[in-house]
Amino acid sequence: MAGLNHAPPPFFKRGPAPLALLTFYIAISLAIFVVDLRLKSLELLRQSIALVVDPVQRVAQTPGSLVDYAASYIHGMRGLQQENMELKHSQLTTAPNLQRLAQLESENERLRKLLAVKEREKANGQVTQIMYTARDPFSRKIIVDKGQQAGIIAGQPAIDEAGVVGQVTRVFPFSAEITLITDKDQVVPVQVVRSGQRSVVFGLGNGQLELRYMPANADIQVGDVLVTSGLDGIYLPGFPVAKIVNIERDSAYSFARIFCTPIAGVENFGEVMILDPRLALPPAPPVSSGRPGSSDKPALRNKKKKLASKEN
Amino acid sequence: MQPTFSSSRILLPVRPWFIFFSLIAAALLNFLPTAHWPGVPDWVALVLCFWCVREFRRVGMGWAFVLGLLMDVADGAVLGQHCFAYVLLAYTATALSRRILWFPLIQQALQIMPLLLGAQIFQALMRLAVGADFPGWGYFIGPFVATLLWIPATFILLLPQYRPVEQDPNRPI
Repeated sequence: MAGLNHAPPPFFKRGPAPLALLTFYIAISLAIFVVDLRLKSLELLRQSIALVVDPVQRVAQTPGSLVDYAASYIHGMRGLQQENMELKHSQLTTAPNLQRLAQLESENERLRKLLAVKEREKANGQVTQIMYTARDPFSRKIIVDKGQQAGIIAGQPAIDEAGVVGQVTRVFPFSAEITLITDKDQVVPVQVVRSGQRSVVFGLGNGQLELRYMPANADIQVGDVLVTSGLDGIYLPGFPVAKIVNIERDSAYSFARIFCTPIAGVENFGEVMILDPRLALPPAPPVSSGRPGSSDKPALRNKKKKLASKEN
Repeated sequence: MQPTFSSSRILLPVRPWFIFFSLIAAALLNFLPTAHWPGVPDWVALVLCFWCVREFRRVGMGWAFVLGLLMDVADGAVLGQHCFAYVLLAYTATALSRRILWFPLIQQALQIMPLLLGAQIFQALMRLAVGADFPGWGYFIGPFVATLLWIPATFILLLPQYRPVEQDPNRPI
C-alpha cells in the first residue's frame, strides 16, 4: 500500500535500524536529563535554544495579554477611580510610618555606628514585569522580562509589595526564570518575628510552605509571621515570607509539622522587584565550613570530639 | 495513499513544508497561555504522532528529539524530559503505522490513546523519580482529550491532500 506514494520506498538506503536509532536517542535523552539535573552544565545549550524559542513564545502570549488589556480597558473609569481612592487611602495610612522611616534609618545607622556594629545593607533592585508562568506542571516558576541584558544573575531574590516571592534560578539573554518560594524544596532561611527563633521554610509545591525541624515544644503560634533571617547571604534580613496557619503536634514525631502560607501574592501578581545581590558575607570560620543548613551533624560530631579530647 | 487502507479514495502526496508548518503550529498552540487549564492536550505530541503514523519515512525519532528539546526549553522543564517521551512516542507510532491505518478512525484513536498516555506518564515518572511534586490528576486528562481530537486532526491534517470528488475528465489530476 505504501507503494502508492509517488516516490518509491528506498530499497537499499535504509539507514540504521529503528531499534538502534531508538536506543541512541533514548540514551542521549537520559544523558542530558541527568546532566541538566545534576551537573547543570547545559545552560549554554538551553540559552541558545531559548534565543529561538523566546520570541515565538512572546508572540504566543500576545492574545492573552491583549484580552487582559481589553478587560482592563472595559473595566473603565469607575474602577480606576475607586482603585485610586483606595491607593490614596492606603498611602495615607502608611504615611506616618514611611515619613519617619528616613529618620529611623538614620538614627539606626548612628546607633549602629556607636555600637560598632556593621551597618545594614540597603535594598536596591529593579522592577520587572512578569511575562508568563512557566508551563512545567511539576514546578512553580515564573518568567520575567529582564535578563542578562539588565545585568540579572542567578541567585538574586525577588519580592513584591508584601514580601518575598522567590529567587532567580536561570537567566536568559532577555528574560529570567524565578522559582517561587512555594516550589517544592525551595528553601528560605527565616526567623520568627515574635520569638526571634531561626529556622528554614521549605516549599511544599501545593501553594503552602512548611517550617521544618522545629521541636514539638517550640514557641510557635498560629498567626506568627516569618521574616528572612539573612543568614544565607542571599536574602536581606527582615523581608516578610510567610504566616503560620496550622500546627500539628504529634507526640510520635520529634518535630512539629508547621504549615504556613506565603505573605506575598506568590501565585498572582503583575510585577516583581529583583533585588541586587548582597555584598559578600565575611568568610565562615573554618570549623563549620559547610552550608548552614546541612552542617548540623558534622558540627555535633566535632563538638563530641572536642568534648572527648577535653575529657582525655 | 488513502485516508485509511480500506478506503478507495486516493490522496495526493504530502507536501514536506506542510508537515513542517503543522508541527510548528502545534508548538505555537502549546505555547499559548492555556497550559494550566486541566485537559489541554499536548498538541505537539498529537501532531507528531499523526505524522509518524502517516509518513514514517519523513517524520521520525529525529524530529521527535528536536521538538522535545524545543518543548523542554519552552516549558522550563529539565532538558531531556520531552525528548525521551517524544522519541518513544515516535518509535511506537511508527511501529503501529502499518497496522493502525486498516481501522476506522474511532478504533485508530483508541489505539493511539495508550501512546499519548504513555508519553505523559513517562514524563511524570521521570520527574517524580528525581523529586518533583505531583502535578495532580488533571495532568493526565490531556491525553484523553487528545485521543478525541485524533478524528478532527486527521481530517484537518489530510485536507491539503484530498482531491475533489467530481473530476474533470480533461484534467485528471
